Amino acid sequence: MSRVVHRFTRKVPQWRPRVVPVKLEDATEAQLDALKVTPSNTKVSDYVLTLAHDVESLKVRSPLFNAILYEPGGMSRAERELGAIAASMVNRCIYCAAVHADRHAKLEKDTSVTDALFADGVDAELGPRDRAIFDFARKLSEAPPAAGPEDMAALRDAGLSDEEILDLILSSALFGWANRLMHVLGDPVREEVGA
Amino acid sequence: MSPFETTATEVAGVRRGGEAGAAVEHRAGIFEMTQAAEDAVLRPKDTGALFSHELRAALAARIARLSGDDMLADHHLARAGVKAPLADPASRDAGAIPMLAFVDKVANHTRDITAEDTSSLRSAGMADADIVRLCEVIAFMAYQIRVVAGLRLLLADA
Repeated sequence: MSRVVHRFTRKVPQWRPRVVPVKLEDATEAQLDALKVTPSNTKVSDYVLTLAHDVESLKVRSPLFNAILYEPGGMSRAERELGAIAASMVNRCIYCAAVHADRHAKLEKDTSVTDALFADGVDAELGPRDRAIFDFARKLSEAPPAAGPEDMAALRDAGLSDEEILDLILSSALFGWANRLMHVLGDPVREEVGA
Repeated sequence: MSPFETTATEVAGVRRGGEAGAAVEHRAGIFEMTQAAEDAVLRPKDTGALFSHELRAALAARIARLSGDDMLADHHLARAGVKAPLADPASRDAGAIPMLAFVDKVANHTRDITAEDTSSLRSAGMADADIVRLCEVIAFMAYQIRVVAGLRLLLADA
């Protein structure tokens, strides 16, 4: 038995699709290419197999995703993850929040920021730089986006450069996209152990 | 492609030069990939049976309009052709009601989406592949709207 996870957690759940993913044995050449399936790599997640229904979108999204989160320079990787976490909390994408909270904790070698966010929500006590980053990303993630000049001023006061602010805009906006796939097309689930 | 010849930078009004322009140039590849994503999501070669380029443009315009971004909405509306009426958030095209309700909810009340929302599309006869295509249109627009909003703030603050 598995149950749907409703609370934010750093322990990454499984993801159970609400639609039927593409079956590898039925995949077209274009799908196999976008899935990067080779004889030595046949493990593809249900999430990616679900997105393979729209192969052209999948193919452009993966390199964009990697560039926004990992391209060198600008904002630190952990702070980009904080932008991703803020968006995922606004949209209540439990799965995305877990993956990126786990990455944030590993990059920082510290769980205190994500512990506080998941225990106390958006009002959690954060350092001034994390506070400015989180608030900007959270407000930009609202629908319609609600970040304003005062949130930009807070980023400046916290010492962020234009390059860093742009990376924050991109990482939080990207999760406006990712959350609307992950949270809409499937459920975060955990196997029940014993009973 | 120049990072200044993309929908996001043009609608936000970011040009070469200045601090915002320099930051965009620093991430030129990302802006080019963002435009490639718009082309793939809104104007794919394989549209599937339901979602023509015109319908995708109309939905993109509707989502931008609901988000209060008339400039971005007008940009997409220009390609909506006969589907343009669906870009009006008040539009209640009888044949499209379940789909439009889904679009509006995923775009603006994402956190409230449940399994019933996807199953309502299936009940209305939409195939799984088309549900994924529709989600990509809505989800990409969420990204583009926020990149544009963020760029405008960065530009105003420079």
